[in-house]
Amino acid sequence: MNETLTAVHGDDATLEPPVAPRPKAKPAVVTLDECVVEIISDSGEGAQRCGQSLGAIAARMGNGVWTVEIIPAEIQPPARSIAGASGNRIRLGANRIANGGDGVDLVVAFNEQVLLGRVRAGELKPGCTILLECMWRTHSDPRIAAAYRETYEDLVAQGYQVIEVPFEALCKPIVPDPRRGKNMFVLGVLCTVFSFDLKLAREQVRLTFRKKSDAVVRSNLALLEAGAAWADANLDFKYRIPAVRAKEPQIVVNGNTAIALGVLASGMEICAMYPITPATSASHYLSEVFERVGGIVHQAEDEIAACTFAIGASYAGKCAVTITSGPGYSLKQEAIGLAVMCEIPLVVVNVQRGGPSTGQPTKGEQGDALTAIYGSHGDAPKVVMAASTIEDCFYSVVTARKIAEAFNMVVVVLSDSNLATSQQPFPRPRFDEAWLAAPIDQSAVPFGTKPYDWNKDTGLIHRIVPGQPNGMHTITGLAHDRDGRVAYDPVINEEAIRARSLKLATLQKTLKPPPVFGDPDGDLLIVGWGSTRGAIEEAVTRARAEGLKVSSTHLHFLQPMQPGIKEIMARFRRVLCVEANWCDRPEDKLIDENNRRFSALAMMLRSRYLVDIDCWGEVKGQPIKPGTILDVIRARIA
Amino acid sequence: MSMPMHECLLQMVEEAHSLEDYQSGVPRWCSGCGDNAVLAAVQRLCRDENLRPEKLAFVSGIGCASRFPHYMRTYGFHGIHGRALPIAEGVKMARPDLHVFVNTGDGDCCSIGAAHWLHAIRYNMNMTVVLHDNHVYGLTKKQVSPTSPKGLRSNTTPHGSYLDAMNPLTVTLGVTNVSFVAQAVDWIPEVVHAVIKAAFHHQGFSFVRIIQRCPEFLPKMWEPWLHDPQKTLLLEHPDGIGYSAGLQKIYKNRQSHDPSDIHRAREIASSIDPVPVGILFRDESVPCYEDIREAGKPRPIEMIKAGLEAELDKFTVWPDADEPARSAV
Repeated sequence: MNETLTAVHGDDATLEPPVAPRPKAKPAVVTLDECVVEIISDSGEGAQRCGQSLGAIAARMGNGVWTVEIIPAEIQPPARSIAGASGNRIRLGANRIANGGDGVDLVVAFNEQVLLGRVRAGELKPGCTILLECMWRTHSDPRIAAAYRETYEDLVAQGYQVIEVPFEALCKPIVPDPRRGKNMFVLGVLCTVFSFDLKLAREQVRLTFRKKSDAVVRSNLALLEAGAAWADANLDFKYRIPAVRAKEPQIVVNGNTAIALGVLASGMEICAMYPITPATSASHYLSEVFERVGGIVHQAEDEIAACTFAIGASYAGKCAVTITSGPGYSLKQEAIGLAVMCEIPLVVVNVQRGGPSTGQPTKGEQGDALTAIYGSHGDAPKVVMAASTIEDCFYSVVTARKIAEAFNMVVVVLSDSNLATSQQPFPRPRFDEAWLAAPIDQSAVPFGTKPYDWNKDTGLIHRIVPGQPNGMHTITGLAHDRDGRVAYDPVINEEAIRARSLKLATLQKTLKPPPVFGDPDGDLLIVGWGSTRGAIEEAVTRARAEGLKVSSTHLHFLQPMQPGIKEIMARFRRVLCVEANWCDRPEDKLIDENNRRFSALAMMLRSRYLVDIDCWGEVKGQPIKPGTILDVIRARIA
Repeated sequence: MSMPMHECLLQMVEEAHSLEDYQSGVPRWCSGCGDNAVLAAVQRLCRDENLRPEKLAFVSGIGCASRFPHYMRTYGFHGIHGRALPIAEGVKMARPDLHVFVNTGDGDCCSIGAAHWLHAIRYNMNMTVVLHDNHVYGLTKKQVSPTSPKGLRSNTTPHGSYLDAMNPLTVTLGVTNVSFVAQAVDWIPEVVHAVIKAAFHHQGFSFVRIIQRCPEFLPKMWEPWLHDPQKTLLLEHPDGIGYSAGLQKIYKNRQSHDPSDIHRAREIASSIDPVPVGILFRDESVPCYEDIREAGKPRPIEMIKAGLEAELDKFTVWPDADEPARSAV
């Protein structure tokens, strides 16, 4: 990919700023298989909005697309700071794209410092093309001008194809504050670069600014057109990524929006939450739309109140959801145990972030699998699902509500910040009434009906809901008997714990084995869960193209585990878990088989199947790259 | 003539509830514990109001008082320490048709659950909240509580507790949206019943503090008040509660207090000697959170479907052929 770019405008690096020269002839349109673009800026300059819009337009064009948000940790980091890069990565492809890819081919940067942040993080492909805002070159502060020139020369010396563009100057005739408008100008530029249909781009701009005034929409459309025209007249490269518009309607949303849509589709009525990054945007969107279908988003005073509020609503007959991230999840643990003990259905969404403690709020990690499965004191069996795609975020919530009510259990849905902010098109869901909860049963129950009539084989109960005549009883987080009465009887206590545990086995018997990606047998099987799926499967595809006998499987349920995993693993010489959580590195001097801490899934699979499963993980806070996993595969098979 | 009358009577008997209809099990509280007085008053209220037991939900946290729901033959939720209020809020939000009661102790409400207490006042959801305040942790065997008198020798303060007691009434009266505050003492059952009844009929978050004796760990604390009726102040007002002639004979220390006067309510609430009983504050005009949020609105399937489809439309990329169909929608 990079070679292509260089070939098109390889000589331009030496051109003098500030404006890229008018090409002598229209450039030939080069067909690409895929391309990774980043738009980066200071916070508040709209690079994220530009990137998301570009992704949505690409999806409308019929391209495969995956977008990744680049988010600084602070709301307003200092301007022009290396750590302050805010923006979006968009990977476009001719086929389905399921991750953010390896290196960047084309960068648009609004200042050289945020760009430096990305260069130092190793995110750019060698020699990649950079469209760089050049107003800094003539800045009145000599230090800024010097820093810019120095960085510019350094980047050119490193072989990057830097094209200086006076974005703000070009936007000034159109908007009074070009700092806030140039993002849509850039969107226009990129639409020309990728030969996108401007009609779709205009539609997308109107959608993006749907909550704003007509004047705002008009000026953003003008910026879009101006950018497109400027690129057409001034850039000497133009690409086309073949696109096939899907036959079925597709929806383009990020994982958090998909979760909120899942809440809508599940028929749940109450979402109790407390703000926490990176989960909150799901509740933002839900707050915007939920009341229209009679739903309520309750922002509670804290995470514990959010969880217990949801439990209260569920107890009263309306299965509720609480949406949170790691630190909030930790706070909810006692309440989750209460719901387990009282057998109250509850859906808990944990959009994982880097931990422990406050960790990395805006960065992703798969660190909460074990706390989701084993968390809360005592034996507190609950169902844990992991969404692995944006589409999965939607359906997992719908499924979670159904399981929660059918089994009277807590169902935890794990997502992470990688899924939360990434966009990927998926087939538009077709509404099914079966997704919704049945109306609350208010019929009289026969005298003598017990609230905890634990089935001896399945552990299941028939829940009695407040309002049902003759069903009055008190539930308690204390050990209790079939009537719900406090009981410290040793026999009853064991019966109750057995029944609550059996429900997991009952659910497990209804699950299907996970599919295998690649051949059913070979030298290496990679097992993953959650958002790493796209990167793992791409790495497997690339490794298989090199002739390596590697396959992968991805678990949708972490508790209970799907059947058939043992049989799948048995057909491979080696099994390796790839996860975005910590595992001790065998090459570290002190680490040996007596003390190595395994990654979460590896630990669970090892203990269940007694197979010597290895693991590899990365906790950099960035999505694991397919190229990185490919290197791991090569090393393990060699 | 006699047959219809007989049938009519039968029906009345069936519909009228007796105290036994609300009683469940034998309370395990110590004899002399104030919780017994509250239980008797609440059961009497349910019978007098002829409330349908299946429409009642008693929610509690953890502590001696939080065993309360187990002794009611209604729906009950004995939850976790400090969290009775948010659980009750969830119940009420999901089911505004239920009568929700909360039983919470001074540790449960004023210590571990203090944040929820403040916000529950602000939400002003229609529920009756009884603070069983015996000024000490009982279930965990005598530790100091936020409402313990300064100097209390407890298992965690063997040399005497260090801080002045928190006053739950003034705290409650200081929070935005406060709508009902009353107080009673467990040794005057008539007032316990009267304030809980007034609380039940108030539309909003009705906060009733019952000053209770703990016969096990703080048996002497209120003895001077029991021996000297002048140390109890009955609050009187046409908008307050009434007192029987018998009671008025004993308790001569009475004062008129208009429950709509929040400033005076805060002054009265600050007093411990005499201890005020009756209704301190009531404001029926504060909106209830569940009404603001339109809880319990019917949600026909068509409504949910249409809402979801409209949202999906926003994010849909249509195949070319479907474009006209979409604009027609």
